[in-house]
Amino acid sequence: MKYLKTSPAKCQGVRACEKTCSQTFFKTGDPSKSAIQVKEVGGKFEINVCNQCGECIPICPVKALSRNKLGVVMLDKKLCVGCLMCVGYCPTLSMRTHPDLREPFKCVACGACVKDCPEKALEIAER
Amino acid sequence: MDENKVFEYTRYTQDIEAMKAAHQVLAEYAFTPSLPQKGYNNRSLHIDLGTLKFTEKKIDEAMKQTFTGGRGFGLKYLWDAIKPGTKWNDPENDIIISPGPICGITQYPGAGKSLVVTLSPITNIPIDSNVGGYFGPLLKFSGFDALEIQGKAKEDVIIVLDGVKGKVTIETAPQESLDSHIAAEQFTHQYAADEADLRNVSVVSSGAAAAHSLIGCLNFSYYDVRRKVTRLKQAGRGGIGTVFRDKKIKALVVHGPQVKGDMNHPADLGRIQRAGVKLHREMHDFDDKMCGMRKVGTTNIVGVMNSYDLLPVMNFQYGSHADAPKIDKTTWIKQFTQGIPDGCWYGCSMACAHGVDEFALRTGPYKGHKVVVDGPEYETAAGCGSNCGIFDPLWVIECNFYCDTYGIDTISFGTITGFIMECWQRGILNAERTGGLDMSWGKGESQLELMHQMARGEGFGLIAGQGVQRMKRIFADKGWGDFAFLTDIGLEGKGLEQSEYMSKESLAQQGGYYLTNKGPQHDEAWVIFMDMVNNQIPTFEDKAEALYYFPMFRTWFGLNGLCKLPWNDIEPGDNRTKNAPMDAAKVPEHVQNYVDLFSGVTGREITKEEIIKMSERVYQFQRVFDLRMGKGVRKYDQPPYRAMGPVTKEEYESRQERYDKQLKDWMNIDPSTKSTEEKIALHRKYREDRYQKLVEAVYKRRGWTADGVPTLETLKRNGIDFPEVVEVVAKHQ
Ligand code: SF4
Ligand code: SF4
Repeated sequence: MKYLKTSPAKCQGVRACEKTCSQTFFKTGDPSKSAIQVKEVGGKFEINVCNQCGECIPICPVKALSRNKLGVVMLDKKLCVGCLMCVGYCPTLSMRTHPDLREPFKCVACGACVKDCPEKALEIAER
Repeated sequence: MDENKVFEYTRYTQDIEAMKAAHQVLAEYAFTPSLPQKGYNNRSLHIDLGTLKFTEKKIDEAMKQTFTGGRGFGLKYLWDAIKPGTKWNDPENDIIISPGPICGITQYPGAGKSLVVTLSPITNIPIDSNVGGYFGPLLKFSGFDALEIQGKAKEDVIIVLDGVKGKVTIETAPQESLDSHIAAEQFTHQYAADEADLRNVSVVSSGAAAAHSLIGCLNFSYYDVRRKVTRLKQAGRGGIGTVFRDKKIKALVVHGPQVKGDMNHPADLGRIQRAGVKLHREMHDFDDKMCGMRKVGTTNIVGVMNSYDLLPVMNFQYGSHADAPKIDKTTWIKQFTQGIPDGCWYGCSMACAHGVDEFALRTGPYKGHKVVVDGPEYETAAGCGSNCGIFDPLWVIECNFYCDTYGIDTISFGTITGFIMECWQRGILNAERTGGLDMSWGKGESQLELMHQMARGEGFGLIAGQGVQRMKRIFADKGWGDFAFLTDIGLEGKGLEQSEYMSKESLAQQGGYYLTNKGPQHDEAWVIFMDMVNNQIPTFEDKAEALYYFPMFRTWFGLNGLCKLPWNDIEPGDNRTKNAPMDAAKVPEHVQNYVDLFSGVTGREITKEEIIKMSERVYQFQRVFDLRMGKGVRKYDQPPYRAMGPVTKEEYESRQERYDKQLKDWMNIDPSTKSTEEKIALHRKYREDRYQKLVEAVYKRRGWTADGVPTLETLKRNGIDFPEVVEVVAKHQ
C-alpha cells in the first residue's frame, strides 16, 4: 500500500509541502487548503497527513471512499454528500475540511510535496 | 461488516415494469424545480385528491417568523384547512409533510427529519410525528417546504413528485403492494433512473392494517447503498396512516436531484461544518462509553429501565422482570448488523437506525421470506416485548416487521396488546370473546395473529385496532368488565396510547406525559431520571419549570426538521463537570450548536433564548388548536391511575417496601395498621391530589388559566393573538 511517509525529526518547519499541496490541488498557496499540515509543538515539528489506514471507508454513508489499485484511499466527489463523518472519524484527524469546499479532502500520496521538501522529511513508501 | 458482503433478501422487483405500465395518469402538474435559499424555498404544494387540483402556495416572512417550518407549518396549514367540527375522515382533513429550514443539511447528525401533521383519528385533535428517511429532504430539494394533501381519491392512487423534471402526477397503481416493505422497493426501483439514482428516490406508504384500525402509521423510505435494499422509518403516532389510507393513497413517491453538502444554500457553510465535525468527533470519542447508539441504538436503555424498575412490564403493572436481559442490548448487539453506517439521513453519525438482516419470517403472508427489519427500537422492544410479557427477541422482531409493513404504530400496538392481555388475565376477556385467540402474557404467536387479523380486517383484530380508549367502552358496554377499572388500567390520554416508560414513581413524568398537546408521548418531556433517580426537581415549581423548558426546547427540533437524539444521547466529555446538574441536563454546548446551525443556514442570528420563544409560539398555538377541536382543557389532561400509582394488590405488593415507606414519610401513617386495600386507597388520594397541584403549577408557568387555556396575555406575549386564535380562547377566559 502506497503512502506518504514522514520523518518529523528532520522537519525544520519550512512548510514547503503545505504550499505545494494546496497549489497542486486548489491552485492557491493557502496552507489551510493543504492535505499535509505542519504544527510546531514545544520547539519540534509534527507532520499530520493521512497514512491510508482506511478507517474512514466503512464510515461513509454513500461509499464515496475506497482504495485504488495502489491501496491509496480515494474520495469520489461525485458520490460524496459532504457529511464530514469521515473527518470526525479519522483516527489521526488527517481528513480535512474547509469552509470554501463542499467536500472534504485528503492526501492521495501523489508525492508532489516530496521533491519540494529541502530537509528530505517526506517520501513515498510502501507498507 | 465486510465492505463487500452481499445481503440475501427476498426481492419484490420482478414485473415492476409491467406494473408501471398499468398505471393510469389521472392528473399532471408542471412546476419549476428549485433549491432552497438559506433553508427555504418559500413555497409549498397543495394537492386536492378529490378535485385533482394542484396549487402552489407562497410562504412569506410573517409565516416563517411565526411558525418557523416543519411542525409549525403543518399546524398552520391544518388550522386553515379544517373547521372546529371536522372529523378525521372528512375530505377536508389535511396531511401535511414539512421538513423545516435546517432539514437536509448533511454535516450535522439528525438533520433529515420530516414532520407530519394531520387531524388524528384516535384523538380527534392535531397529531404531529417526527420521521426520518429521505422524503422530506428530497421534497425540499425538489422545490417545496411543505406538501399538503386534502380531499379523497376515488380509487387507490399514488402521487409522484419529480423534482428533476419538475412534474407531479396523480396515478393509479393497481398492481403494487400496499404493504410497505414491498411498496417501497417496487416504487423506488420504478422511479429511479438507474442503480446510482436509487438513493434519490423516497417513498411514503402505509400498509394493509392501517385501513382497518385507527393506529395506522406511515413509512418513509430510503435506499441503503450497502445493504442494497429500501429501509423504512416510521411516522408512528396518532393514526396518520389511517388518514392516508382513508384518502386512498397507496404511496407518495419523490424523485429528487443528487444530494450535495450545500443544497440548502446556507448563509454560512463553515459554521455548520464546524458544528458537525465537533459532534462527529464526540460520537467517535464517547459513544462507546456513553449510550452505544452506533451499536445498539435506543435499545441501550432496556437494561437501564429494567434496573431502575421503570421498564413497562405486563401493561405497566411492574417495572422489571427477570427475563428482561433477553431483550436488552446484549441481544440486540448480536441481532443488529454491526459496523454499517445506519443513519436515517446522510451525516447522522449517531446512526441508530439499525437493522436485523436476512430475518426469516415465521408467520403471516410473508412466512419464509428473508427481510431486513428496521429496529426494534427501545419503544418496540418494551411495548411489544416486556409490556406484553414477551421476552423472546424473535417474536419482538417479527412483531416489529409486521407493524411496519402493515402500517401500524408499534407503540400503540404494544400498549393495546398489553391492555388486552391484562384483560385476559383478569377474566374480562376469554377465548370466546377474542374469537379463539389465547391472549395470555407472553404469547407472541397470538400477538402476531392479532396483527394479521388487523391486516385482513377481521376478528378481534378489528376491535384491537380501535385503540385502548374505545376498547374500554366496548368491553364495559358488553358487560365484560367494570368501566372504572378498565379506565384505571388503560394507558391512554386524549385517546392516544401512552409510550413505554413507567411514570408511576415520577410525578414530573406523569406531567411529562399527560400535560402534552397531542397525548402521552415522550417526545415532549422525558424527565424520569431527573425527577426520580436524581431528585433534581423536588418542588412543584421545579417540576413546572422542567415541564415548561423541555417541551418548549424539544418542540424546536420539530420546527426545523431535526432529530432529538443527537442533542443529549451524546454529550461533550466535560458536560457533567463543567455544568451544574440541571444545566448539564440541557447540554448547553449542544444548544449552542443548534444556534449555530439555525443562524448558519438561515442567516438569521438567534440566541438560546430565542429557541424557546420560537417553540413557544407554536406550542401555545397547538394548545389553542386542541381547544378549537373540543379538547385542550384540564379534564383531558388527566392520567389513568395506572400511570400514577398502584391500581391492584399485586402491584402494591411488588413494591411494598417502597410504598409502605412513602406512607410513613409522605403521609405520616403507620403502614402496619392498614390493610393493603386501605394503603392503596391512601396512596391514590395522596397521588391524585399531588398531580392536581402539579397541574396548577405547570399551567401557571405556561401562562394558562386554571382550566388549562392560554390567557390572552400569553397569546399576546407570543405574538399569536390573531383574531381567529383569540376568538377560540375568549370564551374560556
Ligand atoms: S464527507 Fe463524503 S467521503 Fe466523507 S463520509 Fe461523508 S460522504 Fe463520505
Ligand atoms: S439519531 Fe437515529 S433517528 Fe436520529 S437522525 Fe440519527 S439515525 Fe435517525
